Amino acid sequence: MVSHAIEVRNLYKIFGPRGGDYVDAVKNGLGKAELNQKYGHVLGLRDINISMPAGGIMVVMGLSGSGKSTLIRHINRLIDPTAGEVLYDGVDVCRMNEKDLREFRRHKTAMVFQKFALLPHRTVLENTVYGLEIQGVSSGEREKRAKEWIARVGLAGFENHYPNQLSGGMQQRVGLARALTNDADILLMDEAYSALDPLIRVDMQTVLLELQKELKKTVVFITHDLDEALRLGDKIAILRDGMVVQQGTGQEIVLNPADDYITAFVKEVNRGRVVNVETIMAPLSGNPEGMPIAKGTVLESAARAMTSANQTLAHVVDEAGKPLGALTLSAVIAAMVTQATDEAQAA
Amino acid sequence: MAGLCESVPGFLCKFPAFSDASVRAARKVIDDGFKSLVRSYINAIDALVQPLQWFLNDLERLFVNSPWPFVLIVMLGVVYFGSRNIKITIGTAVSMFAIGLMGLWNDTMVTLAMVTVCTLIAVLIGIPIGILMARSDRVQAFVNPILDVMQTMPSFVYLIPVVMIFGIGKVPGLIAVVIYAIPPMIRLTNLGIRLVDKEVLEAADAFGSSGWQKLRNVQMPLALPTIMAGINQTIMMSLAMVVVASMVGVGGLGKNVLQAINNQFFTVGFLNGFALVAIAIIFDRTSQAYGRRLQKHSEVIHG
Ligand SMILES: Nc1ncnc2c1ncn2[C@@H]1O[C@H](COP(=O)(O)OP(=O)(O)O)[C@@H](O)[C@H]1O
Ligand SMILES: [Mg+2]
Repeated sequence: MVSHAIEVRNLYKIFGPRGGDYVDAVKNGLGKAELNQKYGHVLGLRDINISMPAGGIMVVMGLSGSGKSTLIRHINRLIDPTAGEVLYDGVDVCRMNEKDLREFRRHKTAMVFQKFALLPHRTVLENTVYGLEIQGVSSGEREKRAKEWIARVGLAGFENHYPNQLSGGMQQRVGLARALTNDADILLMDEAYSALDPLIRVDMQTVLLELQKELKKTVVFITHDLDEALRLGDKIAILRDGMVVQQGTGQEIVLNPADDYITAFVKEVNRGRVVNVETIMAPLSGNPEGMPIAKGTVLESAARAMTSANQTLAHVVDEAGKPLGALTLSAVIAAMVTQATDEAQAA
Repeated sequence: MAGLCESVPGFLCKFPAFSDASVRAARKVIDDGFKSLVRSYINAIDALVQPLQWFLNDLERLFVNSPWPFVLIVMLGVVYFGSRNIKITIGTAVSMFAIGLMGLWNDTMVTLAMVTVCTLIAVLIGIPIGILMARSDRVQAFVNPILDVMQTMPSFVYLIPVVMIFGIGKVPGLIAVVIYAIPPMIRLTNLGIRLVDKEVLEAADAFGSSGWQKLRNVQMPLALPTIMAGINQTIMMSLAMVVVASMVGVGGLGKNVLQAINNQFFTVGFLNGFALVAIAIIFDRTSQAYGRRLQKHSEVIHG
């Protein structure tokens, strides 16, 4: 299956009975607070333009109430937009008729929910087959496929348990298995891990990354946690009050926060796990010295590799082994702690 | 006060009612109109209720004419597999023996047949109406006041139109019982469906469920415990109403109670009353235990 990108273009959502009447006013600068006070409507999304990479993980981040859930629900149109379009494979999801939309949801999308949203009266297996059952796949076939995915998410042996007999982490594995069994290109995850304990959450992130290496689905992942965003996201968009304040790779956002809001967000980030070696490498002067380090390695891994090899010099190489630039251990370490120095200076 | 009344105009003292003559005339027009309306449709009405009559008669015959040990075993089987509770089953056996020893077996069977048919009809009509109400606020706003009237109107009052339309007999009694017992069925079906977790419904939507698939896979199963509570209440109300319905020709325990009232047969009245209570408790405990079993996995636990 070939993954397609999702293009969100000029998307507006205004909650309320006459949302459409206020689009022009909002386009001309009417703010969220004013819209709510004067006209009793809630600004959900304002002029969203995001191109979500095919076969990659797009993370949408923001504080509670910033419009993340509203945005992700436009992709399978659980929420209708007030204006704008959501394009998948050249088709505007917002203009599909009821039947096409149902087919689109059945075959192209699958969703994982923050509170799991499992059917409490159905066993793990019966929950996992749900998508295929709705599609009308025969019961033998759907159980076979569901069992494979139940095993893949680590729940083999729990097929006949009911959701309320499982822990939160296990319930969300069921949610993930249910979504994956659908075999859809788009995987929508609305704060799928926010309800889980930190350790289990990291576990589940690993599960997702492992699976994604092989599946290459177009994943849209919502979170309010920057560490999670940086770990998972091929691309990250940050929302605030229904607007995109910055989008780009994790490294771009950490190195060049667009405003104070994002600066505050990225302050506590462990840069060693985000910034890549090619970002800080010096131009090559003469022959490459020291050990080779692959392009795309994060600083922390580079420092660890150099320390354990007892090297103070290294050079960055691309996939073909061609040298790109030079590194010193002190430069790597300096770049990892820059943030702290900034703070020390500020204080 | 009398003094005050003399010093004000008459219409403030005595409520200015329409004259007796005009009320009488209006009453006559309405009554006669209604009667002639019923008379002109009498064949259609008869054809409509005929299947009910057959169904009720057949079931009653089955209950009364089958050998009592057979009926008792089937009944105990239903109670046991419904409740999975040996105490309730033994209680049922003891009560049914006591009823038989008092010579009330046949009357009890007649009442049981009646209640069974009434409950079936109330469920068959009530659940679809409840579903429609849950799907549309308009329908809910329309049906709710009707249910309010049905529940507050004294049951004796609507026996009058029922008797005028259907005459005296079992079927009019049955219709009166169903009207009396159906509101909780409708209300609790509506409530059960409306209370279904929004997130689970959203998940069903996200996977592309059609309206019918949502109803069948999500709403009905999750509403089932509430619907069972509705069935339980409907049974209880049918049992209460069969006594009143005996005034229009329904047989069984209710008729004995009515005769006991008319003739001041203290013992007969109480024995029949207790037989009704016993059946009520059996039905209640069994359906509640069944409802609890349904609910076993339904409570959602997060985290
Ligand atoms: N159905 C709705 N009606 C009115 N306002 C809504 C509705 N859904 C969401 N909102 C508002 O839209 C904003 C964004 O909500 P949401 O997308 O749920 O935020 P998030 O998922 O980022 O926490 C909030 O201000 C919220 O109150
Ligand atoms: Mg949310």
